[in-house]
Order: sequence, then C-alpha cells, then structure tokens
Amino acid sequence: MATKELKRSRGILGSLTLVFIAVGLYFGLVKAPPDANQGDLQRIMYLHIPSILTAYLSFFIVFVGSCMYLWKREQRDDILARSAAEIGVVFTALTIIEGSIWGRPTWGVWWTWDARLTLTAILLIIFAGYLMLRSLIEDEERGAVAGAVLGIIGFLDIPLIHMSVYWWRTLHQPPSILRPDKAPWENVHPAMLTALALNFVAFMLLYFYLLSLRIRVGESEAKAQRAVLEGTA
Amino acid sequence: MAFLRQAAWLLWKDLLLELRRRESLIAMFFFGALLLFIFNFALDVERAKATEMAPGLLWLAVVFCGTLGLMQLFQPERENHCLEALLIAPVDRAAIFVAKACFNLLLMALVEIVVFPLYWVLFSVTAWDRLPLVFLYGLLGTVGFSVLGTLFSALTLSARGREILLPLLILPLIIPIVLATIRGMDAILRNAELAESLPWLNMLIAFDVIFLTAGILVFDWVVET
Repeated sequence: MATKELKRSRGILGSLTLVFIAVGLYFGLVKAPPDANQGDLQRIMYLHIPSILTAYLSFFIVFVGSCMYLWKREQRDDILARSAAEIGVVFTALTIIEGSIWGRPTWGVWWTWDARLTLTAILLIIFAGYLMLRSLIEDEERGAVAGAVLGIIGFLDIPLIHMSVYWWRTLHQPPSILRPDKAPWENVHPAMLTALALNFVAFMLLYFYLLSLRIRVGESEAKAQRAVLEGTA
Repeated sequence: MAFLRQAAWLLWKDLLLELRRRESLIAMFFFGALLLFIFNFALDVERAKATEMAPGLLWLAVVFCGTLGLMQLFQPERENHCLEALLIAPVDRAAIFVAKACFNLLLMALVEIVVFPLYWVLFSVTAWDRLPLVFLYGLLGTVGFSVLGTLFSALTLSARGREILLPLLILPLIIPIVLATIRGMDAILRNAELAESLPWLNMLIAFDVIFLTAGILVFDWVVET
C-alpha cells in the first residue's frame, strides 16, 4: 500500500539530495571565485550559512509541531517536533564547528563572545535541554506535553535573547549579502550567489530527507511501544 | 476578582506552610550569604573594584538561591498526593501558577533584601543611595525568573533527575534577564545616563509580561494528569 510509495519517494528525495550536494560542493569549491580579502577561506561560507538557516528552520518546525500537539493532541505532531529538535541540534552544532574553523584564521580565535555566536550557542543549549527533558520523562504523553511547552517557550525566548546579546556586544562581520543599500547581485559575484543558492537547496533537501527518516524511526518506536503495552494488558 | 482571591488564598497556604516549616527561606538565606564569602575567596574582591563587580556577583547569588528555592517549590504538593487534591479543587489552574510564582518571588525578594545590603557591608560599597534602584532591577528580574522557574518546576515534576534537569533548562532561557539586570544595575551604579539603562528596563518588563502571559496560558497543560 502507501508505505511502498512512501519508501520510493524517500529514495528519490535521498538521491536528489546526493546530486545537489555534489553539484553544490563543485560550485562552492571550484566554480565560485575566491574572496578578495579572505581567499579560499571564505568558501566555508557555502556550508556555514545553509547549515544555520537549516537549524533555524528546524527550530521553527519544533515550534509549529509543539503548538499543533498541544492543540490537536496527535502523536505525529509530537514525533515531528522531537525529530526536528534532534536534527536542529545537529545542524546548530555543525554551524558552530564550521564557524570555529572559519574564525580561527580570520579572527585569530576559535571562539569569541560576539552576539550571533552567543545566540547560536544558547540555542544549542536550549534545544539540547529539550532532548534531555524528553529522555528523562518516561510517561510518553507527559513527556510530549513537557516538550511541547519547552518548544514554545524556547521559541518565544529567541527574539529576547537575540536582542539582549545584540545590545551586549557585536563583532561578527555585518551581513554582506542582504544589505539595505545594495541589491545582492550588485555587491557579490554572481557565481558566489549561485554556489550559495545551490548549497542552500542541497541542505534543505538533506534536511527533509533526514527529517523523513527520523520521523519514520519515531513512528516505529511508537508502534513498538503500543505493541508492548497491548501485550502486557 | 475570583481569580485573584483564589490566588491569594493559595499563596496564603504556601506562606503558612513556610512559616511553620521554615525550610526554603532559611536555606536560601544561608546559601546567599555563603556565596558572598565564596566569591570573595574565588575573586579576591578588592574595595576599589567591589562596586564594579556588585551587579554580576549579586545576580549570580540571586540566581543560585532562586534555583535552590525552585527545587523545593512543589515539594509540599508532591507529598501525600496534594497536587492531585489541588487539581480537583474548584480553582482556576492559572491561579495555582500565579500563587506559586508569587510565593517564589516573595522568598527571593526576602533573600535579596538581606543579601544586597550584606554585600554593601562586607565589601565596603559606599553608594547606599543607589541601593533602592538596584533593588528595583533585582525585583523585576526576579519576577521573570520566578515565572519561568515556576513553570519549569511544575513541568519537570515527573522527570528523572529533576534536580539537575531544572537548572539546565532554566539557565539558558533566562539569559535575557541575566544580561538585562546586570547591565542595568551596572549603569545605575556608574551613575550613567538614563538612556543607557532604559533599554534594559524595557527588556525586563517585556520578559516579565511575555512569560507571565505564556505561563498562565500553558500551565493548564503542564499540570494535567
């Protein structure tokens, strides 16, 4: 029935992801010109920006899934939120690692207490806390509710954290692509934009591929649990 | 009106319990004073730098004491199924939340009233006239801390390893208050212009309002059985 079709579309999504990653890497590492100031170092941007955008998307999905769960009480919304949180944590960690590797040669330090870095680290801690909370509450439904509340509160907190750490300090290079005074294609080499866009698409595909896999695991877990419960009853 | 009366009665119940047992408050007082001693050994707070370091150290002491209080916050309800009794009582669930948050706020405010002047005395800070404004910032920060803390204290009631989980969840979420109180107190102690501390004051008020509202809205789900 539908499972077979689902499996097939997941396979297509997976192969498409692979193709786009290969193309994105080719464009990012070969086709795009080196940066005027940073040379080849800047190429890490083609991974850095897509990974943080993917992480943001992920935390937004956690928020949506959490709201939906509290509203409708359907397990699949909780599975969605929990899966998105897990992948979001992975991508946030990746972003920080890539940023560190980029920061060391350009800024001279692995880490600095700049606003955006700090915000990213706090996000990582909050959603790692979410995963911990989920693993420490045994009752499935209670855990789902607790996770949903944390997913919502955490998301509401992001603008406040963002503002407070921004007022506190900022050193990160200002956005060079989305600038108010110039259109993107006027100040960035078109090949750079193409590479970035391709990598962005690759990351999105990768994200949804991982998400669909993780949701499948979540569904199987829920099914196994139900079987155990029915067996003991 | 009925809502406020219910909350007031629930708060009275907690105050009465605390008055008879005196568990949380005394522990929090001691812990706060002890922290000031430990800070002195760790950082060697000199007289010249004491005023400059006051906001950070004071707020750190408040956050640690507050976390200690939060762990005890629902302790009376955990014993003898009191939480279930409270939940079947004909009171608004949000009133339970507001009462608990107020109770925690009251405990922390009492600790601050002792610990802040104690810092002034121990480290020979001379700016006594600034103390009321420092209190104001402390209090506004404490409101946000209590609101969020109460919510998570209830949320983690059924979790394993709750004592370690609770601070892990709250501390990153309260970073806006930590920054806002410390920067705001700092601006006040430096006699800086109002424009410098005003954004922090707004941040505190926004945080308090947002999470008080969110807490009232979601608490019903948090405690459901």
